[in-house]
Amino acid sequence: MTAMSISASFETWLRPEAGGLYCVPGDFYIDPHAAVDRAIVTHGHSDHARPGNAAVLATPETIGIMGLRLGEFAAGRFQPLAYGEALKIGDVTVMLAPAGHILGSAQVAIDYRGRRAVISGDYKRHADPTCPPFELVPCDLFITEATFGLPVFRHEHDKDEIAKLLASLAAFPERTHQIGVYGLGKCQRLIALLRAAGYDKPVWLHGALRSMTDYYESRGIALGATPSVASTGERLAGEIVLSPPSALSDRWSRRFSDPLDGFASGWMRIRGRARQRGIELPLVISDHADWPELLRTIRETGAEEIWVTHGREEGIVHAARAMGLRARALALVGREDEAE
Amino acid sequence: MRAFATLLDRLSYTPSRNGKLTLMTGYFRSASDPDRGFALAALTDGLPFSFPLRRAITDLAENRFDAELYRLSRDYVGDTAETLSLIWSSSVQGASAPRLSEIVERVKSMGRDEHAAQLAAWLDHLDVNGRWALLKFLGGAARVGVSARLAKLAVAEAFGKSIDEIEELWHGLSPPYGDLFDWLEGRAGPPEQSLTPVFRPLMLAHPLEDADYQALDIAAFAFEWKWDGIRVQVGSRNGITRMFSRSGDDIGTAFPDLLEGLSFDGVLDGELLVVRNGEVAPFSDLQQRLNRKSVTRTMIAKYPVHVRLYDALDLNGEDLRSMTFMERRERLERWYEGNNPRAMDLSEQLRPQSKDDLKRIWDGTRHSGIEGLMLKRRDSPYLVGRPKGHWYKWKRAALTADCVLMYAQRGSGKRSSFYSDYTFGVWAEGGVLVPVGKSYSGYTDAELLELDRFVRQNTIERFGPVRSVEAKLVLEVAFDAIQRSTRHKAGLAMRFPRIVRIRWDKPAAEADTLEGLSRLVE
Repeated sequence: MTAMSISASFETWLRPEAGGLYCVPGDFYIDPHAAVDRAIVTHGHSDHARPGNAAVLATPETIGIMGLRLGEFAAGRFQPLAYGEALKIGDVTVMLAPAGHILGSAQVAIDYRGRRAVISGDYKRHADPTCPPFELVPCDLFITEATFGLPVFRHEHDKDEIAKLLASLAAFPERTHQIGVYGLGKCQRLIALLRAAGYDKPVWLHGALRSMTDYYESRGIALGATPSVASTGERLAGEIVLSPPSALSDRWSRRFSDPLDGFASGWMRIRGRARQRGIELPLVISDHADWPELLRTIRETGAEEIWVTHGREEGIVHAARAMGLRARALALVGREDEAE
Repeated sequence: MRAFATLLDRLSYTPSRNGKLTLMTGYFRSASDPDRGFALAALTDGLPFSFPLRRAITDLAENRFDAELYRLSRDYVGDTAETLSLIWSSSVQGASAPRLSEIVERVKSMGRDEHAAQLAAWLDHLDVNGRWALLKFLGGAARVGVSARLAKLAVAEAFGKSIDEIEELWHGLSPPYGDLFDWLEGRAGPPEQSLTPVFRPLMLAHPLEDADYQALDIAAFAFEWKWDGIRVQVGSRNGITRMFSRSGDDIGTAFPDLLEGLSFDGVLDGELLVVRNGEVAPFSDLQQRLNRKSVTRTMIAKYPVHVRLYDALDLNGEDLRSMTFMERRERLERWYEGNNPRAMDLSEQLRPQSKDDLKRIWDGTRHSGIEGLMLKRRDSPYLVGRPKGHWYKWKRAALTADCVLMYAQRGSGKRSSFYSDYTFGVWAEGGVLVPVGKSYSGYTDAELLELDRFVRQNTIERFGPVRSVEAKLVLEVAFDAIQRSTRHKAGLAMRFPRIVRIRWDKPAAEADTLEGLSRLVE
C-alpha cells in the first residue's frame, strides 16, 4: 500500500470541509466554524465554541461555559459527556480526554473500524492548577494544533513569570499593575498561580472577567478575593488588576495610578509582539503546548499520520516528516492567532 | 549575568525615563564589581573588546539547527540574535552562568577559531533572557533605549552625587570604572584628573519671557546671534584634541577636518555649523555630518564644518569658570588671536544702543535667516546647568499655519491611553489634503482630553495604533521654519512644529494651502 492510499483511507471517514472537520460515519463536526446540525466542541473559547449549532456534545464544564457566554443562542440542545466515557454515535465510538488547556477542555478520540483518530483541540502539558492535566491517548491519526509550532517557542516555568510580576510590584509600588489576560482560562490560572506564590492580597477584576471567574469558583477552584474594579473608587496603586487585553492603555485604565501594562500570553516570548502593543511587563504564560511538547506528544501518541490544524503548520509538518511520519497541514479557517 | 540580563530585559520594555532610572539605580547599588562597571560600559561608551558576533551566530545557526526550521523561525521573529536566544535549548543553566567580567577577560584572550564554540558554551549556561543579554553584550552595546547620559545620571543618583561630577570625570575613566565606584562608595577620593581632555558640563540658557524682557537692563548684558547648529565643546590637552556634544558624547572622530592639527591647552565652548564661503548653511546640511562614526572625503568637501566660539572654560591650565563672562571672553579673544585656528571664528558681539535698537535687531533675524538672539549677563560666572537670570535665548517669532487634523496616533507612557500625536495637512490642488507635519506638543492637558475625544468620535479608519479622522478640525500650528524635503509627500518639512491653538470655530475649508506654505520656505 502506498502512502497516498493510507492517507486517503483516513479521509474516507474524516474530512476537512469548509465548515470544519467532519466525521462521515458519525455525521458530526468537531469545533465547526459555522452552525451545523451536530457538533462536538472541544472547549469554550469563542473560536472553537460557536453559537447556533442544533446539538452540541461536550464536557459538562464546556457546556456550562457555553451557556454563560452564549446565553440562549448557545445551542439547540446539549449532551454532556464526562472524560473517559465512551459513547457510540452512528458507526463510531467517541471518547473525550482532558487536554489541559482550560477548565473543561477535551481531546476527541474517535474509533472507527479498528482505527483511532484523536483531535487534540487546544492543549498543553505544563501543569495548571485550574484544570485536569493532559492525558495521552495513543492513536493512528493525530490531529494537532500548532499555535506555537516553531522551535523558538519554549515556554519558561510559569513560577518565574509570577516572580517577575511580584518583583515589579516591589520595584514600582506606586503603580497599578494592569495585566491583560484572556477572560476564560488565563485569568483564573494567573490568579491561582499568584495564590500558589503566596500572594494573598485582592486581585482586582475588570467586569468582563467576572462571570468566568465566578464559574471557576463554582467548580471548586478556590481563587481568593477577586473584587471588581467597579466596586472601588481607589486608584489601586501597587495592586494587581486583571483586564481583557483590549482594556490596556485605554480610557478605562485612566482611573489607575500610573498603570504599568502587562500581558500574560505565550506570544510575549517574542519581543516585537510585546513592544507592538506597548507592553511593559510581558509574562510568558501560555495555555498552549510549546514546541517541545508538540513534538513529544506527536511521538508519544504513536500515530503514523499527523494532520496539523491551526497555527504555524509548516514547522510541525516539517518536523513530523523528519520523524518519518506522514504529515499534512489542514489549514482550517476560523482559528484566531491571538486567541490563546 | 542574571542581574544584568534582568536589567536589560526590563529596560527594553520600560518607556518612561523615571522607570528606567529606578531600574538602573537599583542595579548599580546592588551589583558587584567589576561586573557592574562592564554593565555601565555597555550602557554608555561601549565595551573594550570586539567579538565577531555575526560570524559566530551564523556558524552556530548553520551547524546546530535544521536549516528549514531555523529559516522559518528567523522569518517569524525578525531578529537574528533574538532568534538564536529563543531557539537555543540548554540543559545546564543556573549556578555556573558566566559573570560579565569573565566574559570580557575571555573575549580578550580568545583565538580566532574559538568564538563560536565559546559562545555555545556560554549559551548553554544561561536562560532565555541571559542568552539575549549575552548576545547584546557581545555586540558591544546594550541598545535598550537608554542614553549614555541617563545611565550616568543613574550612577550619580544611586550614590547621591550630581551628574555634573560624573561628567567632569567621565572622559578620564575607562571600563570597568573601579576608581569611580570606589569613590562613589566612599572607599577612595575622586579619580585622578586625566591626561586627556575631559568634558565640562555646560551652562544653558532660559527662553526669554515677556517679564524678562520688560525687566531687561541692556547695559548688564552681552548680546550674540543665536546660531542654528549643535552646541559643542572642544578640549585639548597634551596634544590630544576632542570634541564633545552637549550631552558629553565624544563625537570628534567624525570631524577630522576640524580637529586634525589642532592642539592647545584648554576647553572651548561653541556651535558646530556647516559654513561655506563664510555663509552658515541650513541645519539640514549639518545633519548630513551628524551621527556618523567616520566620514568620507566627499562629505568633508560637500559639508565643510566650522566652530563658532562662544566661551572659554579653561586655558593653559587655568580654570576660568569662576571669572565673569566678559573676562572669559577677553581670554578667548586673546587665545584666538594667538592661535588663529582654521575652521573656527569668534561669535560676533552685538552692541545695541537701546532697547528699541535691540528689538529692531531681533525683528530682523527672520529676514537674515538667523534663529534669534542670545543674551548673556556680563558678570555671570560659567555655571553648570540652567541657572535663572544669567543667560537667555530669544528665538525669532514663530511662523504659524492653520492645518487640518488628518491622523492621530496613541502616545506612549503616561499618554498611552490618549491619541496624542497628531499628523496634520494643508490643502493641495484638487482639494486634497497633504500631510505637512506631526506634533505631540503645545496643547494643554485639558485640550488633550478634548482632542482625544474628537479623534474617537470622528474616526474613519484604524491602522493599529493610528486612526484617520474626518477632515474637519483646524489646528493652528507654530513652527520655527519650513524647509524643502524630498522625504515628505508635500515636499516640505516643518522644524519644531507645535500645536498652539485648536480652532474649533474655523471651517476646515478655510485652512491654509500648500502653495501658501511653500512661500514661507527660506
